[in-house]
Amino acid sequence: MAQSLGLDPSVPPARPARQWKPRAGISAYAALGALLVLVIGNALFTPNFATSSNLWNVLLQVSTVVLTAVGMTLVIATGGIDLSVGSVMAVAGAVAAVLLPRGVMVAVLAALVVATLMGIVNGSLIAGMRVQPIVVTLATLIAGRGLAQVISHEGELVTISDPAFDVLGRGHLGPVPVQVLIALVAVGIAIFLLRATPFGRYVLASGGNAPAARLAGVPVRRTVITVYAMSAFLAGVAGLVVASRLGASDAAKIGLNMELDAIAAVVVGGTALSGGRATIAGSVVGALIMQVIATSFNMLLVPYAWSLALKALIILVAVYLQRPRRV
Amino acid sequence: MSDAPLLRMEGISKAFGGAMALDRVDLSLQRGEVHALVGENGAGKSTLMKILTGAYHRDAGVVQLEGSEVDFDTPADAQGAGVCAVHQEIHLLSHRTVAENIYIGREPTRYGFIDWGRMNAQAAELLRGLGLDIDPEATVESLNTARQQMVAIARGVSLGARVLVLDEPTSSLSPREVSILYELVARLKANGTAIVYISHRFDELYAICDRVTVLRDGKLVATRAMAGLERLDLVCLMLGKSREALRDGVTGFGDHRDAGEAVADRPAVLRTEHVASGAKLHDVSFEVRPGEIVGLAGLLGSGRTETARAIFGADVRNGGTVFVHGESVNPRTPDDAIRMGVGFVSEDRKAEGIIPELSIRENLTLAALPTLTKFGVVSRVKQREIVERYMTRLGIKASSADQRIRELSGGNQQKVLLARWLCTDPKLLILDEPTRGIDIGAKGEIQRLVNELAKLGMGVLMISSEIEELTEGSTRVVVLRDGCSVAELTGAEISPQAIIRAMASDSPAASAVNATSPVS
Amino acid sequence: MTTGMLPALRGHFTSSRAVSLLQRGGAVVALVIACIAGSMRYYAFATPENLLNVLRQNSMLGLVALGMTFVILTGGIDLSVGALLAVSGVIAAMLSKHGSLLALAGGIGAATALGVVNGLLITRARIQPFIVTLAMMIAARGAALAVTSEQSIPASPQASALTWLGRGQLGPVPVPVVLFFLAYAVAWVTLRYTRFGRYVYAVGDSEEAARLMGLPADRLVLATYALSGALAGLAGVVLAGRLGAGQPVAGTGWELDAIAAVVVGGTLLTGGQGGAGATIIGVLLLGVIFNLFNLEGTISPWWQWVLRGTFLMGVVIIQGRLQRRARSH
Repeated sequence: MAQSLGLDPSVPPARPARQWKPRAGISAYAALGALLVLVIGNALFTPNFATSSNLWNVLLQVSTVVLTAVGMTLVIATGGIDLSVGSVMAVAGAVAAVLLPRGVMVAVLAALVVATLMGIVNGSLIAGMRVQPIVVTLATLIAGRGLAQVISHEGELVTISDPAFDVLGRGHLGPVPVQVLIALVAVGIAIFLLRATPFGRYVLASGGNAPAARLAGVPVRRTVITVYAMSAFLAGVAGLVVASRLGASDAAKIGLNMELDAIAAVVVGGTALSGGRATIAGSVVGALIMQVIATSFNMLLVPYAWSLALKALIILVAVYLQRPRRV
Repeated sequence: MSDAPLLRMEGISKAFGGAMALDRVDLSLQRGEVHALVGENGAGKSTLMKILTGAYHRDAGVVQLEGSEVDFDTPADAQGAGVCAVHQEIHLLSHRTVAENIYIGREPTRYGFIDWGRMNAQAAELLRGLGLDIDPEATVESLNTARQQMVAIARGVSLGARVLVLDEPTSSLSPREVSILYELVARLKANGTAIVYISHRFDELYAICDRVTVLRDGKLVATRAMAGLERLDLVCLMLGKSREALRDGVTGFGDHRDAGEAVADRPAVLRTEHVASGAKLHDVSFEVRPGEIVGLAGLLGSGRTETARAIFGADVRNGGTVFVHGESVNPRTPDDAIRMGVGFVSEDRKAEGIIPELSIRENLTLAALPTLTKFGVVSRVKQREIVERYMTRLGIKASSADQRIRELSGGNQQKVLLARWLCTDPKLLILDEPTRGIDIGAKGEIQRLVNELAKLGMGVLMISSEIEELTEGSTRVVVLRDGCSVAELTGAEISPQAIIRAMASDSPAASAVNATSPVS
Repeated sequence: MTTGMLPALRGHFTSSRAVSLLQRGGAVVALVIACIAGSMRYYAFATPENLLNVLRQNSMLGLVALGMTFVILTGGIDLSVGALLAVSGVIAAMLSKHGSLLALAGGIGAATALGVVNGLLITRARIQPFIVTLAMMIAARGAALAVTSEQSIPASPQASALTWLGRGQLGPVPVPVVLFFLAYAVAWVTLRYTRFGRYVYAVGDSEEAARLMGLPADRLVLATYALSGALAGLAGVVLAGRLGAGQPVAGTGWELDAIAAVVVGGTLLTGGQGGAGATIIGVLLLGVIFNLFNLEGTISPWWQWVLRGTFLMGVVIIQGRLQRRARSH
């Protein structure tokens, strides 16, 4: 039928000059610009900032935020939010710590399975029961933190001493910390998913206009569940990294307030909270901005508390600049 | 009653962007008059009413209420001056009681506290006075649509409305509810209220309206007395054609009716038997053969869109059978239907069609993604090929395939959505109001395209409120009324009059058609 | 036709009153069952000391949840309440050497002012409530930590009224408990019998309809965030009085507990339905349940967190089911 319609593929259509248009709009570049200004400013004015050990340290610190922010970007692209990532991190850390005596593989696999299951629960309740994402993931946040404590023998600090497991949070490949590599891999896969697969388009379509997406044959429900599962899986990986970094599973501390850092990174990076858009690279830049600020404040001996206030301000400004305009 | 009009709008103009939505339109209302405002979609009716009720600002012109010029900034201003509108989507607080909805903003108080007793009593009295049997303490959401509409009208009355705008008030009412509305309108009329009545239903216009103002393309066509104005003349005024011209081609279809005989022996691509769904669809049976354009006609609320959604698996069917290629199918999701070779272009482009933030390319290929995917990766090459082919073929005007679809005009958006289905190579295409809200040029292009698709053997089911689209485009017309298929017109039987007759009511003619129609 | 369909759907949405009764009724029934079970199983439960203790422990959270109720009724959310509570307590403690009046006014005033900032950002800058109050939560907590150098600030013994608010008794009843009931009574009357109260419901029901009816939607929303801030501030000074110090970490996580109490009580997060009566039931139900956990003694605080989250999830699921059933009828 397509042929007879005058749509014969053998007739090459007039091909317009291929032009590359920025998908994420100006905001991603604004964020990138802000990051550059921050880095250069710090290099000039903050003593010891521009040393390789410090810069590696920034990357090391930011890797767990990047992991959760990647998942959060996908969730927010579907128009949702995931407040439970911090608790999921703690659960994953606790499961791994408790199961380490049975072997690294078992521990890591079990931790990631449990984390992913928590995400599937989130997603099923949101997509299937149509409960608001903020409430569902709030409940998982509360329950998950308790669960982590329960798993780690009723709130004990479970120390970890396993050379293989230590690699996650303390190992290096050449000069590159393993956790930075893990974060990079996650970023790469997420970008690939968004750009190259149907799934990525389904994510954006579900967040952009769910009823229309459904009528176009997009499996909206399955997509939403998958996205929350991915967010939880990545949080699980981040939890393992932190547990390995600390050499212990601290159920009270691991991932505390991580949801805020992740949301901040996503928002500052230029992904609109209204859904339908996503820029993974932007979220990475957003996470770096937040981390550079925290690090430089730390080095300049500005109280931690004031960096919190600045963080809040940055989030507000970022969202204000991207707020949906009335047409 | 004096002769000076209660309300006079003169030379009202309004432009959106560059397009003139209203061009020097006049409208005057007498006390106690029911004034019909008619025109096709996009004629400017709702823009004019939004200017009247303070939702829009006019660019030019004068509005006079009882001789003095008025200028409403907000709907609240207009209400204060006694100009109220009851919209098709009723703007009430659904969780609150009837009494609260009527008196909100003006609650009777005692010592600064709301006097619920007095408020309920006043509301009860008001409703009784209007001849309505509605419990003032019931929540609005517990009422059916008709009663919600009555509450909205009662609120207007309690605000001292002198001008009341009723926008498609009967679109979702049952005949019995319509008669309650008529009574209410008669009462208000007797009290000297001027009513602007917007409706597509000719029967209603003739039943209760005194005069009619016709708009077309943002311009005033005529204001006439209803008495003595023939229906056909009114249709001609609305469409801007002479009586003779009504028979000739005005759409991009050309005359397609004869094609029906050519395909009569082909096996049906779609057959429905006694399909029922939700609260609105009861018994719909018809079939579509390859190469046919079957028009689906009916008034608003007759179940046209519901029929399409039930076939497409967008709504759950609770009765009847659907056959695609002779096989009984039960699509539970649109996904299922798409795999069976069915495509569906929704009437609401914005809410159910476009994914606004995505590019033309992604919007166009959304439904075809599974076929463009190999080893889990979408083939960019194939995608670009398809997109470029359809953009050229359908004449989609855009800066590039990467442009966001929300930046396109309505006509171009619609072409992208059509292309979304064409590239899945469907056997059956369901089009719900394919040319609604689209400029004339693109409209003709889309109609020509649909015609061409049918000639190439696709089965097309086309829902339309535009009579001429149905008469000129369809090989057959199936008419729905109150969720049932009541008539089927073929070939020479298809005429505006016949369709309107069948849609409108249980007139003898319509029943006759009904009796002879092949309801399989 | 879609537009014609929506009101029709609404027309079939018949039994919302029954639903809200069920929701509220469900929480009441649960509360009664919890109390009966508690008094049968534990001698210590149905004693005046224990019950007053439950009330006192939950009174401050109750004040926060009350402010949250107003915000949620308009369809918003306030994540900053815990941080505002800390700001209020810290400021009250710092000002306490100048007397109770200044301490109270300073603490509550600061929290209210920050609530107004929330409201302005939401109504003027048109940023989502979730983000605005999230940023406020981070910033206010940061400010509280910064000005105190992350230390607890002892309240001056001169501020006797401040201490009395936290530790005083009226007869056998602790002052915070009196405040708690007083606040809920005033809120109940406000929501039911004043225009402000009714308009809060109206805005949450349909902001567009409320605007078309001429209600000042923006000012109403602003007022609810100010009120939420004020009540968090009140809870902050009461807590500071009780602890004898302003703690910058006070109220951490309270926003979640407050939202949980509001939702468990039966106020819908979509706005427009629920109220102070519902929230007080929610606060008491959660309070009693955790009191029972404590009396049981074998349920660790960690399990309590798990149960708390699961419970919240369960309630929300049931709410959603009821709503959808009502809609499909």
